[in-house]
Order: sequence, then structure tokens, then C-alpha cells
Amino acid sequence: MKRSGDARAFRVRRAFGQAVEGEAVVSTEGFSPRYDLDRWSGVISRPGHAMEGVNIKDKILVVPSAKGGVAAGWAFYDLKYKGIAPKAFVFGVTNPVMVQGAIFAGITITEGWSRDPYRLVRSGDIVRVDPRRRTVEVVRARD
Amino acid sequence: MRLTAEEKRMLRGEMGEAVKQALELQIEVGRFFGARRLVPVTNVHMMGDIEVMGDGGKSFIERVASLNARCMRDTTTNARCVDFGYVRELDQDPDEVEKEKKLIACLRQMNVITADTCINYQTLYQPHLGERVAWGDTGTVIYANSVFGARSNFEAGPAALAAALTGRVPEYGFHLDQHRRGTFQVNLRADLEDLADWGAVGKLVGESHQDYFAVPVFNAVKKTPGADELKHLGASLASYGSMGMFHMVGVTPEAPSLRAAFGGGRPREVMTITNRDLERVYASYDSRGDPLDLVVFSGPQQSLFEMKRLAGLLDGAKVKQGSRLFVTTSNGVRSAAKRLGYLDRIEQAGGIVLEGVCFYILQNIAQIRARNGWSNLVTNSAKLANIIRAHKFNTILRRTRDCVHIALTGEDRSTAGRRGR
Repeated sequence: MKRSGDARAFRVRRAFGQAVEGEAVVSTEGFSPRYDLDRWSGVISRPGHAMEGVNIKDKILVVPSAKGGVAAGWAFYDLKYKGIAPKAFVFGVTNPVMVQGAIFAGITITEGWSRDPYRLVRSGDIVRVDPRRRTVEVVRARD
Repeated sequence: MRLTAEEKRMLRGEMGEAVKQALELQIEVGRFFGARRLVPVTNVHMMGDIEVMGDGGKSFIERVASLNARCMRDTTTNARCVDFGYVRELDQDPDEVEKEKKLIACLRQMNVITADTCINYQTLYQPHLGERVAWGDTGTVIYANSVFGARSNFEAGPAALAAALTGRVPEYGFHLDQHRRGTFQVNLRADLEDLADWGAVGKLVGESHQDYFAVPVFNAVKKTPGADELKHLGASLASYGSMGMFHMVGVTPEAPSLRAAFGGGRPREVMTITNRDLERVYASYDSRGDPLDLVVFSGPQQSLFEMKRLAGLLDGAKVKQGSRLFVTTSNGVRSAAKRLGYLDRIEQAGGIVLEGVCFYILQNIAQIRARNGWSNLVTNSAKLANIIRAHKFNTILRRTRDCVHIALTGEDRSTAGRRGR
């Protein structure tokens, strides 16, 4: 059963970038492009990660937190250069590295959730992230 | 954001295209975090090597260098991915090694000091209380904020380079008093006798509080830690918790008392760490029946004191046939260790001491692992035990003496190791 668009939207606290639409990947675990990602294939490679085996290319990643190191600053740019970058990051809480890296690479990034996204968005849903309006909404639910 | 006349000139491109682009990036980052202004920094430390940057980052640096960009602050580099003396032994990719050489040349052309160390705070530059710096490598930032009382956010590679080019950073996060106050309390009841114990504390506290703006206040510490102990604690908190600051009552400069550390506020939570908690950390690692044939002292690079102790533990012994022991340190520490005889003692025991690198960022590390058939990696660094798992190592954190024993015998004699059998 499909719910209305309004019912499946939430606001974000801070945001940067272009409005984008794409397939959501909803993770219950934090993310680091250093710790968790095979940066040559774009597949989450860390054994046991909540998103293990998922390819992040062109996805909209809904992630609770940022993990670890400063290398993300270069890593996002390189993902974009290789054509395997995600379209957006929708973080619960993030850190400056993710923000610096995403802005440097021109990838949309947001922080803070007005509502629990785990009740609103499922992996496979098509979502729209609009930094100017500071909103994330499900535009088409997964079949 | 309020800009000074000089910053407006930078934005108009009057100080060159590279400075303009750097400031534009900083303004966007500042806007995201609600910064009201930019503030000057005295020193910059940046991460920039081919393994983290990739071809994308390299092409960016080449473009910036071609714009005649020059750093206007002393700017040092973090550990990199190649020790040129060991390329053949590690069987690293010659093309990538060439790119690394070009990258270093580019950085030097931009007035970067390619010191290649992640322990700049021990060996190169010790900022004073309240001094603003722009450091990359999370371990360096948490040390600067916590132990020196200096002020820095995590400045990732492009952000640190931007700070070097403009001489300033947006003022948010740990540049502001409000974010430097403690948010939760950690009573340290454990004995904390080894560097690995301090790292294990960082894992316990960081893993359960993954938040850049969470600031733990350590209280009731039984023994005053030294620089290497604080280094392992900080690196681990930053690695597991993405944290950029901690206080330790009676130890760090902004925590003369518990009350001062919380800036008059109250802790959101109080947790306690005991010897039992540490034993649980050690017991959580499992060799899965595979050989314990790789022992690594790295992440962060070893100080001269760590090198001396390691030389003492290895003196006259031999690393077990078929096993490998790696140590990474800075060029400065390695040179001093050579002169003092520590290096020879480690090498005579069969240890390999790499300079200017950190083990987890070694170019080709996943392939090196596969070629050598390594499964387990034993280390006294909780940070390394965390970060290198992306390259599919099964990691095992052990105390320094236990690590050395494993390197010499292949046997884990620690309590946790004996139980696991």
C-alpha cells in the first residue's frame, strides 16, 4: 500500500548541494569511505557492515553517523572522478570531513533528521533530497 | 558570513585563482556549519598521498600547482603510502609509486613541507593553549585540541590545503568554546598499564558514542598518562567515535577540575571502565584458527620512546620463521633510532621498520595481504585494529609484550588468547 508523499517526508537541519533524486540505501550503521568501502568498485566491502555488498553508485545514502578518518576528504572526489559516487548523503550526525569532502566533490549532503527515517524510507525507495528546502521525501515507494 | 576586506579581495581573485577557489570551498563549509566568520591559523597539517587521493585528487593537485599556488602557512604532510626504500620488498605497483613521486614534487612546489608523519604533535610542532591550527589526520586533531588545548577541526586533505592557501579556516566546531565543553563522563577504574589498554578505552568510549561533537571527560585516572598513552587513546577515540576532543581531569589544560571540564554543565551520562571491561575487549578478538604470523606496530607512527622499548623487547631474539613484524615511524624518529642503535636491534631481530608511512594506507595493502596469505593482523594499536579491516584483515588487539611474544613464537600467551584456545 502506498502512502502519500507528505506522510513520507522529513526535514534536515543543514544541507548543501543540488536537489537530487535517486534510489535510497538505508543503513543502520555509520559509514566511512575508508573503513567500509572498496573505492575501486563502489561496493561496501567491510565484512559484517549493515550495507555489505551494496554498490553506492548513484544511490542516496541514508546513514546515521560518520565514522573515522580525514581521508574521506579526498575519497569522495576520487569516487566522482571514477564515476562511482553516490548522489547524496543524508546523515543523522556527520563530521566536518564528510562535509568538506562532499562539498569539494560537489555531492549533495545533509545532516539532522526531523523524523526517524527508518520508519519512512526503505532501501529501494526513490527519494528526492532538496537542500534548498531542507527536505527529503519518498517520491516513489519500492514495489 | 562576515568577510574581511582581505577575504573579499581573495574572493575577487586578486590573490590568484587557487586562493579564490580555496576560500569558496571554506565559505561553503562554514555556511553548512553556521560559521559567522573565518579565523586565522598558524600551522597546517594535511593528508595527501596517492592512495587516499587517487587519480582524481592527483589531477586536482596538479591543477592547483599549475596555478602557482603557494601555501602561506607552514604546512606539513601526514604519513603517506610509499616508503621508497621498500617498494620492491613490498611489491608495490610501480605506476602508483611514480605517481606518488610526482605528487610529492607538486606539493613541494606549492611550499608544502613533505614531512610525512602522523605524529607531528610529538616530533614537529606543539601548538599552545588557544592557538588555532588546521590539521588533518584525526589523531593529530584530537591531540591538538585535548592535550595542547589548541583549536582545530578535522581538516580533510582539500580543506587543509585550502587553509594553507588562505591562512584561515571557518570558525565552527572546536574553534568555539561551546563545543569544547565535556558532554559525558568516563570514570577510569582500569589499571591501564599498556598502550593497547589506552586504545581499548578509546574503542569502548568511541564505539558507543559515534559523534564528532561528543566530548568525553575522563575522570579518576589512576596514573598520569604520558604522550604515547594519550596518543593511543586519542587516535582510538577519533577512529571508533569520530571524536575530535576529550578532557582528562588534572591532565589536560582545559580540565583543571571536573566542573571546569564540563564548563558548568552536567554530564549527559556517566560511564565507568574497569579492568574487566578491558579484558572483554581483548577477548572479543578471535584468530579463527589461522596462524598469527603478522604483527604490526603502526597507526600512529612510533615515537622514539616506543622504538626504544620495542628494541628492548626484541633484543637478541628472532621473529619466528615465516612470520613478519612491521614497524612504521617518521623519518626523524627512524634516523634518531638508527643513531641510538634501536633500529639495528629491531632489524637484527627480523623486524622491518618503514618510514614516512602508516601501515593501513600502504599502497596496494589489500594485494600485499593476499600475496602473503595473511589473514590475522596482531597489533597493540586499537586504531589500526579498526581501520585496516576494510582491507579484509582479521585484526587482533593485544598488549605490546603479547604482540612481541606472538611475533617471536606465533603463540598468543595473553589471558584472552589462552581462553580462546
